[in-house]
Amino acid sequence: MKILSCPLNGPRNIAEFIYGGQVKEMPDPAQATDKQWAHYVFYEHSHIGVVREWWMHAPSSYWFIAERHNQSDEVLRTYDPSELFGEGGPPLSMSELKPDSPEVS
Amino acid sequence: MPFSLLKFGLNKDYPFEQSPDLPQPSALKPTYDVVIIGGGGHGVATAYYLAKHHGITNVAVLEKAYLGGGNTARNTAVIRSNYLTPQGVRFYTESVRLFERLSNEFDFNIMYSQRGQLTLAHTDATVRAFRQRAEVNKHFGGRTELIDPVDISELVPTLNLSPAGLPVLAGLWHQDGATARHDAVAWGYAKGATQRGVELHQLTEVTGIEVEAGRVTGVQTNRGRVSAGCVVQAVAGHSAALAQLAGFQMPIVAYPLQAMVTQPVKPFLNPLVSSSALHCYVQQTSRGEIVFGGGSDPYPLYGTRSTLDLKESLMASAVEMFPFMSEMRLMRQWAGITDMTSDYSPIMGLSPIENYYVDAGWGTWGFKATPISGVTMAQLIASGGKVPELIAPFSLDRFDAFRQVNEMGATAASH
Repeated sequence: MKILSCPLNGPRNIAEFIYGGQVKEMPDPAQATDKQWAHYVFYEHSHIGVVREWWMHAPSSYWFIAERHNQSDEVLRTYDPSELFGEGGPPLSMSELKPDSPEVS
Repeated sequence: MPFSLLKFGLNKDYPFEQSPDLPQPSALKPTYDVVIIGGGGHGVATAYYLAKHHGITNVAVLEKAYLGGGNTARNTAVIRSNYLTPQGVRFYTESVRLFERLSNEFDFNIMYSQRGQLTLAHTDATVRAFRQRAEVNKHFGGRTELIDPVDISELVPTLNLSPAGLPVLAGLWHQDGATARHDAVAWGYAKGATQRGVELHQLTEVTGIEVEAGRVTGVQTNRGRVSAGCVVQAVAGHSAALAQLAGFQMPIVAYPLQAMVTQPVKPFLNPLVSSSALHCYVQQTSRGEIVFGGGSDPYPLYGTRSTLDLKESLMASAVEMFPFMSEMRLMRQWAGITDMTSDYSPIMGLSPIENYYVDAGWGTWGFKATPISGVTMAQLIASGGKVPELIAPFSLDRFDAFRQVNEMGATAASH
């Protein structure tokens, strides 16, 4: 059994969690070209290393962010999304999230 | 016992050392016309057809571990063409035809065994989807039909017709469904390719891809640099990571897929059986072992570790389908890294880099496409980048244009 540490509920069996995809910056839907939108929808960072992901603790419907190494499966850190996005305010700059961001023209 | 065997027993030399199936390892040449990254089924099949159909033999297949040791060795060896889309069915039907004559072509037994494949429907919606698949298949020359539970119990008397409380309403019976010894497919292709002059370099890992002015010029390996006229990547689970090394992205997410095999027993199961609701597929190999696999892991990982959760659910599903399997012992259990695309179709053809071709996105459906992938990738390379019609729908840029080839229903639940 693998344990994931939920910021709200503490360490729990990973079977209680649902994976929600990588944290990605959403382009403005009104401004984005089809290609930019396609990249947002279909592409993820594919490097081997630490990735930042959305996870949900299903019994409490609580979404949080985990930083996980995608080869060793080691979870380095989990935290509330407010740390990244601020308390209800507009998203903070996520430029540092894109070490391998695809060139979109 | 023949006395000739006794002679070998007393001899200190292994009898086949004199004429090995594969040539001894050699040094890397400084330059090749074609460098194929990945010595799995797809890579060596591409090399084989390049040599056989197009006379291109200055080819190196670079494999970081050993021949056919990745997903070629880890899949559950299901060969079928009963997909959903016309593009998919046309492609896989051609692959099934090639498989049928592969043993003769190689003069090497791949243990191809056409026993039919049966997929079970447990809901009305699945029955409707099966009707569509049967009609599309028939249109493209495959043998697929919808059968009722009476026919199913005649085909597979040992099957529980209400597994996990889900009554079997109908079955998609695909007579062309088959299995083969997956390792032998890679070995046969490798043998045929190397006999024609292709070089297979095992324990040779590509560590860098050289691109100049948008065109690939060579690759760096742990054994030195080689120049290449063109490069093909066929690396299954590591497709997206390798593409990134080359400098472009692919819409692929790597998930582990786990499978297992039991001790061998007497033959009881002729067709390959899968359940669309239990996400479980079961077959008995020619050696008598029961091979079964299920759905992918619930989250992405570039790793082949096994998990107890998946083991439990996979065994539970198999036992629901064939209750007497609870008496059997497991022999092995393993995982492979699958390169999943969002539409469950492969990514084949051109890449943003000139003369760099991709054969990727094979997720959980790569083994059955081994021969046709080799044929079409060889055509693509030999023509200098003219995409064969059969693989045009699987281009990398289909995602940008929202032209996906959706095989999710025909793939995810049943392989």
